[in-house]
Amino acid sequence: MISTKAKLALAASVAALAATGASAQDCPIKVGVLHSLSGTMAISETTLKDTMLMLVAQQNEKGGLLGCQLEAVVVDPASDWPLFAEKARELLTVHEVDVMFGNWTSVSRKSVLPVIEELNGLLFYPVQYEGEESSRNVFYTGAAPNQQAIPAVDYFLEELGVEKFALLGTDYVYPRTTNNILESYLKSKGIAAEDIFVNYTPFGHSDWATIVADVQALGADGKQVGVISTINGDANIGFYKELAAAGVSADDIPVVAFSVGEEELSGLDTSNLVGHLAAWNYFMSADTPANAEFIAAWHAFIGDEKRVTNDPMEAHYIGFNMWVNAVTQAGTTDVDAVRTAMWGQEFPNLTGGTAVMGVNHHLTKPVLIGEIRADGQFDIISQTEPVPGDAWTDFLPESAVLEADWKDLQCGMYNTQTQTCVQIQSNY
Amino acid sequence: MPSDALATSARPFAPRRSLIAQNPSVLWFLLALALFTLGVTVLAEMGLVSTSMVKTLGKTLCLCLVAVAMDVVWGYCGILSLGHMAFFGIGGYAIGMWLMYARTEIIVTTSLAAAPIPPTPEEIVDAVGTQIFGVVGSSEFPWLWAFADSLALQLLMVVLVPGLLALVFGWLAFRSRVTGVYLSILTQAMTLALSLWLFQNDTGLRGNNGLSGLQNIPGYDHVPQSTVSLVFFWASAAALAAGYLLFAWVVSGKFGSVIRGIRDNEARVRFLGYHVEHYKLFVFTLTAVVAGIAGALYYPQAGIINPAEIAPIASIYLAVWVAIGGRGRLYGAAIGAAFVSLLSSWFTGGGAPDIDLGFYRIQWTDWWLVLLGLSFVAVTLLAPKGIGGLFDLIPGRRTPDRQGDYGPDDGAWRREEGTE
Amino acid sequence: MLRALLAALAALVLVAAPVAAQDLQSVLQEHREGVENPSRRSVGVVIEALIAADPPGVQTFLERWQDREVWVRKADGLFFYTAPGEGGALTLLDIATGDPAGTAARDELGEVRPNGGVRREIAGALVRFQLSDPDPRARSAALTSIARNPSADQIEPLRASIADDPDPALKAAKERLAAILTARFGENTAERVAAIETLSNDIGLETRAALNQILAVSPGVGTTLPPGANIARELRPGSEALSAAEAYGRLVDAGLAPAPVARDRIKEVLAANIVDGRVAGIPVATLDTEARREEAYDRLAETGAVPPFLTEAERQAAIAAHVFYEAYAEPDAAVTDAARAALTEVDLRVGANQTADIALDALSLASIYFLAAIGLAITFGVMGVINMAHGEFIMMGAYTGYVVQLFVPDYTLSILIALPLAFAVTFGAGVAMERLVIRWLYRRPLETLLATFGISIALQQLAKNIFGTQARPLTAPAWLDGQLVINEIVAISYIRIAIFVLALVFLGLILFVLKRTRLGLEVRAVTQNPGMAASMGINPDRINMLTFGLGSGIAGIAGVAIGLYAKVTSEMGSDYIVQSFMTVVVGGVGNVWGTLAGATLIGVLQKGIEWVYPSNTLAAQTFMILFIILFIQVRPRGIVALKGRAAEA
Repeated sequence: MISTKAKLALAASVAALAATGASAQDCPIKVGVLHSLSGTMAISETTLKDTMLMLVAQQNEKGGLLGCQLEAVVVDPASDWPLFAEKARELLTVHEVDVMFGNWTSVSRKSVLPVIEELNGLLFYPVQYEGEESSRNVFYTGAAPNQQAIPAVDYFLEELGVEKFALLGTDYVYPRTTNNILESYLKSKGIAAEDIFVNYTPFGHSDWATIVADVQALGADGKQVGVISTINGDANIGFYKELAAAGVSADDIPVVAFSVGEEELSGLDTSNLVGHLAAWNYFMSADTPANAEFIAAWHAFIGDEKRVTNDPMEAHYIGFNMWVNAVTQAGTTDVDAVRTAMWGQEFPNLTGGTAVMGVNHHLTKPVLIGEIRADGQFDIISQTEPVPGDAWTDFLPESAVLEADWKDLQCGMYNTQTQTCVQIQSNY
Repeated sequence: MPSDALATSARPFAPRRSLIAQNPSVLWFLLALALFTLGVTVLAEMGLVSTSMVKTLGKTLCLCLVAVAMDVVWGYCGILSLGHMAFFGIGGYAIGMWLMYARTEIIVTTSLAAAPIPPTPEEIVDAVGTQIFGVVGSSEFPWLWAFADSLALQLLMVVLVPGLLALVFGWLAFRSRVTGVYLSILTQAMTLALSLWLFQNDTGLRGNNGLSGLQNIPGYDHVPQSTVSLVFFWASAAALAAGYLLFAWVVSGKFGSVIRGIRDNEARVRFLGYHVEHYKLFVFTLTAVVAGIAGALYYPQAGIINPAEIAPIASIYLAVWVAIGGRGRLYGAAIGAAFVSLLSSWFTGGGAPDIDLGFYRIQWTDWWLVLLGLSFVAVTLLAPKGIGGLFDLIPGRRTPDRQGDYGPDDGAWRREEGTE
Repeated sequence: MLRALLAALAALVLVAAPVAAQDLQSVLQEHREGVENPSRRSVGVVIEALIAADPPGVQTFLERWQDREVWVRKADGLFFYTAPGEGGALTLLDIATGDPAGTAARDELGEVRPNGGVRREIAGALVRFQLSDPDPRARSAALTSIARNPSADQIEPLRASIADDPDPALKAAKERLAAILTARFGENTAERVAAIETLSNDIGLETRAALNQILAVSPGVGTTLPPGANIARELRPGSEALSAAEAYGRLVDAGLAPAPVARDRIKEVLAANIVDGRVAGIPVATLDTEARREEAYDRLAETGAVPPFLTEAERQAAIAAHVFYEAYAEPDAAVTDAARAALTEVDLRVGANQTADIALDALSLASIYFLAAIGLAITFGVMGVINMAHGEFIMMGAYTGYVVQLFVPDYTLSILIALPLAFAVTFGAGVAMERLVIRWLYRRPLETLLATFGISIALQQLAKNIFGTQARPLTAPAWLDGQLVINEIVAISYIRIAIFVLALVFLGLILFVLKRTRLGLEVRAVTQNPGMAASMGINPDRINMLTFGLGSGIAGIAGVAIGLYAKVTSEMGSDYIVQSFMTVVVGGVGNVWGTLAGATLIGVLQKGIEWVYPSNTLAAQTFMILFIILFIQVRPRGIVALKGRAAEA
C-alpha cells in the first residue's frame, strides 16, 4: 500500500510538472501520434505510427516549423477503445500536443471525439470510414463512402455489368453503415432488394467455405454476381484463400474490397486472386515522381525494401503537409487559427492531381480502382475526377438533408430542410 | 439446521467480536483510502493532478472494488469465475444506456424546438433513435432500451441484470455440481457468449461501437470535466469503502468460515449438512451485483463501453490482479488491481524509459506484456501469497485470522502443506 | 483548302467503308482511344470494327489484348507487343506479324489495361475463333465465355462445332451448352421444350440460370388480366406475397390511385398554414400528437385548402377494383410450364446436394476443431493440466511453417519439413514449460490456468516483437490448390481434405500411442494413480514431461495446418483456445473419442445454425456457446463420460 501510494504521488507530481511546463507557442512543437502499437489493430496502425515519425523527421530536416523543431509524442492506446480517450486526454493535457494524428477504427475515433471536442484539440484521421460525421476538431483525410464505395459500385454496374450484389462485411459500424448506404444506392439504381445479399461475420473469421458457396449459388438465376467486401483485417486472408480454392475467378464473380490494400495482401499468395479489385484513393503502383520519392523515403526510413505503402499512409502524408502549410500560413499552432487556415488548403496527391480540404473537413480526392496483380500490387484501371468527400451521405433519407460547413454555417450537422444546426458537438 | 461444528473445528469458539476488532486490516484500509481520496482531491484542486489522472485513479478504484468482489468469490469461496468482468460490463451498459439516451434527448428536443410545429413524443423518440443508432445503420429502438429514459429504472438494472444473470447461471452450474476448472471454463464460455452477443449489431446495443460519450453527464454540460471527474472519483472511493466493509463483514463470522470450508473441501462441508449450493450461489450473485455497481461507476469515467470490454481476457486479467495482489485477503486484491492496472498504463503509455542493451533496444511498449506474462508465472510459482504476502513480513504483526493461504485447490504438493 | 477537302473525303471514305485490305494497326489507330482506355459499353464498337475488317493477326491481337500484353508507344500511339530486351528495355514486336520493330524503354510505353468487363467482351468476340480451335484450352475458354454471357447468335456456331470436336469431355460440355442455349433461344416450342426436358437432371449453375431466366416474371396491375399475357400467378392483396399496403403502393406507382397523405406531408401542410400561431383555429403549441395534427389537417381539408385524407374504405375499394399479377416475360406458356417442371426437379436435387455440401463443410470444420483440440485433449483431458498457452503452441507451429518457407522456397518440400519441425519446436517448448512451470503446480489446476495464461500473453507478445504484427503468408503447395468437385454444388477444397486426413491420422496415432505402446500404458497409469505407478517403477516426472510434450507437439502440427487454410498471426491462437476447451469439455475429459465427438458436435452444430441463420455468423457462434453451456448442464462430464476411478483423475 505504501509503495503504491508513493508511486501514485510520484506519477501525480510528474504529471503536474509537465502540466505547468509548456504553453502552446513554445518550442518544440509537439505532434501527438495516437495509433495502437499493440493489440489487434497494431497490425495496421504501427505502419502509420512509423509514417508519422518519418514525416516529422523529414520536416525537421527541412528546418522544422515556425522556427521550432517538431517532436513526435507517441502513445500506445493498445487497441483498447476506452484507452484511446484516456490517451487523447493525456496527449492534450499532459503533453500539450498541438495536433494529433491517429486512430484507425471508427469506434476508437468515436471514443476520442468527446475528449478533443471538450479540450478543443485537433485530430487528423487517415482511414476510409463510414461518414455520417463531421467534427469541428477532426480533419478526415481518408475516404468518405462517396469517395470509395459509391464509385466502386458504379464501376461494378457500368464496367462489369454486375446485376446481383453480395455485400460481405465484418460486423461493425463501418460495414454496417457502408452497406446501408450501398443498399439504398443500389435500389436507387434499380437493383431489386432480393438481388442484394448481405452477410456479416465476426472479426478474424476464418471459416469461409459456406459463405463462398452461398455467393456462388447466387448466380443461379443467371445474373452477373459481384461481391462488395468490407471484410476487415485478418479475416480477408481466409476469405481470399477460400475464394481461390473454390476457383472463383474475377471473371466469374469479381470482388471489390474497401479494406484490402497492399499491406493486407502482403500476408497471402496473390497468384490466385489476380483480377479481383480494390477501391482506394491511393495505390503504391501509382506512376508519379512524387510517389516514387515517397516510396524511396519510406524504404530508407524503415530500412526494408519490401515494405509496402498504402492509402492511409498517403492520407497522413497529405494531412501532415496540409497541417504544416496551415500552421505556416496562420503563423501559430493555435487550433482555431489552424482550423481556419485548413479550409481550402491544397496539396498534391501522390497519385497526381491536388487534394483540397473542404469546409466540411473532408478532402477532395480522386478515386482509384485497382486490380490485384500476382506480385501483391494493384493495376490501376480506373481513376475518377477528384470527388469532394461528403460527410453526410445523399443516399440515406435522414442524412440527405444534412450538411456540414464549418466556415459559413459553423455547424457539422446542419439540417437544410429546417435550416437549423442539429448539434454542434458530434454524435459519439 | 447444521451445527456450528465447522466454525468450531476451524477455530476455538470465541465470543463474537466486532468486525474491526476481528480484522484490523479493514480499519487500516479504510483509513488509507480516506487519506488517499483527500490527498488526490486537494492536489487536484491545486491543479497538481490532471483531470486525466483523476479519471485514471477513479477508474482504478472501481477496478479495486471488482477485484475485492472477485477475491471473495475466488479467494474465499474457491470459485474461479471468469465472468465477473462481464457483470462489470453489464453494469456499465445499463448506466450507459441512460446516459446516451438522456443526453441525446436533450440535443434532439433543443433541435426540434426550433421547428414550426411542436414535435410529437413519437417524433422525439424517433429522432433520438436516429441519432443513437444512425452510426450502426438503424433508427429503431430495440426492446432492450425500453427503460432507457428513466434513470431510476436503469440504476435498478445495474443491480438487477448482473444479479439475475449470476443467479440463473450460478443455479444451473452449481446445481449440476460443476466445479473447479470446469466451472472456470463454463463462466468463460458465458462471458464469450455475452460479448459475441453484444458484438452483433442486431442486439441493439450498437455492436462493436458500444455506447460512447458517457463522460458527458446529461444536464450537467456546463460543469467542467475536472469537477465531474472528482465527483466520480469520490463516488468510486465511497463505493469501494462500502463494498470493502460489506465483504469484510460477509467473510467474517460463521458465513465466512463456511465459504472458506467450501473452498478447502466442498464435500466435507456438504456432509456436515450445509447447503453448499446456496452458499455458493449467494456469494456468486452478491459479488456479481457489486461488480455491476463498480462497472456503472467505471464506464462514465472511461467514456465508452463496448463488447471488447467484456471479452474473456478482461476477466482473466481480473483473476490475475487478485492473484498478484494476494488472494484470500481483501486488501491484497485491491492492491493487486491498483498496482497492475496503474503499472500497465505507465508502461504502455511510454512512461518507462527504454533500456539499451547495445545490440538491442528494449522498448517497453513492446515488451511490457512479455514482462507481465512472465510475472504471473513468477508470482504463481514463487510468491503465491502475492503482494499482500509482504504484509506478513511486518515484524510483530500477529497471525492473520485466515486459514488456507493458497485458495481453492484440492490439495497440494507444496512441501509445507504435505506435512499438515 | 483543296488538301483539307481531300483529307476530309479520305476520312469519310475510311469511316464509311472500311477497305478490306486495311491492316490491323490502322484499324486500331482509327479507334485508338477505344483500344487504350476501353470501357465495357464502348468496346463493342472497336471489336465490331476489328471483326468487320478482319485483318491478319486479329485473333492473336484479341487474345493478347485480353491478357494485357499489348503496349502503346506514348510518342506516336502505335500498338505493339513486347518481349524482354536488354538492359531493362523492351523489344517491340509488330502486332500484325510479330516481327521485332525496334526497342523502347519501359517509361516510353504505356500498358493497355482492359478491365474485367472489357475482357469479358473480348472473350465473347473470341468465341467465333476459338470454338474449333485445335487447342482444347481455347475451346474450353470459348465455352466458359458463352456460359457467362449466353446469346441467341451463338447457337449456330456452337452446334456446328460439336460434331467434329475430338475431346469427348468438351464435346459433352458443348452439347450441354447447346441445350441451354436452345432452351432459351430455340426457334420453336417443340425444340425448346425438348431441350428443357434434357436439362431437368442437370444441377449446374448455368442450367438453373437458364431456367430461371425463362421463368423471369415482372409484376403487373390492371383492372383485368391482360389478354394474351403468359400469367405466372395472380396475387391476392393482403396475402403474404403482397400486403395491402404494397398493393396500394403498386396502384399509386401505376398511376391508378391517388397517393396517400404521408405524415411528413401533414406536418409540412400544417407548418405552411400557420396563421397567428394557429392552424385552422387550433393553437400550434397543442399540435404535439398525431391525432391532434390529423384533426387540424381535416379542418384544413374541409375548407378545401388541401386534398382530403384517403379513407380506409377508399383504399380498399381501389385495391378491390384491380387485379395484381405476375407475368412471364416469356410469352410461350408451353415453354414456361416445361421450365417450371424442370426447375422444380432441379431444385429438389439442388436442395439435397446443398445438404450434402453443408455436411461436408461441417465435417471439415469438425476436423479443424478436432486438430486444434486434440493436443489439449491430452494435456487437459489426460493429465488434467489446463494449458491456456495451447493456442500459442498452435501459433508457434504456424510460424515455424512460415520460417521454413522463408528458407525453403519449394512449397511441397517446405511443408514436409515444416510438419516435423513444428512438432519438434512445440514439443521442446511444451517440455520446457512442463519442467519449469507446470510440474510445480500439479493438482493445483486453477493456478496452472493462471501461470499458463501468463505464458500465453508473453508468447503472443514475443511473436509480435519477432515477426511483426502483419499476418504472414503460409502457402500451400500447388497440388493442394483448388477443390475436389463432386458436382456443381458439392465441392470441398483439397486443403480441407488434407486437414481432415491429418486429423484422422492423429486420431489413429494417439489412440495407438495411448492404447498400444508402453508409453501409453505408463501415461494411463500415472494419470490414474501417480503414487502407485511410481511404486511400480514408472518415473511419473518423465511420463508427465513426455505426455505434455506430445500434446504440445500436436498443437504445433495443427498450427501448420490451420496456417495453411487460414492465416498466420500472433493472435491466431486465441481464436482457437476457447473453442478447443469447449470441444474437450463437451466431448468428455480424458478421452480421445470424446474429443472427436465434441468436435463433431460443435462443427455440425455451428454449420447447422449458420444454415438456419445465414446472414449473421456471429449469432451462430453465440447460439453455439449458449447451447454448450446448457449441454454441460445436462451432461456435466461430457458426451463420453469416463466411469469409475479414471473419472476421479
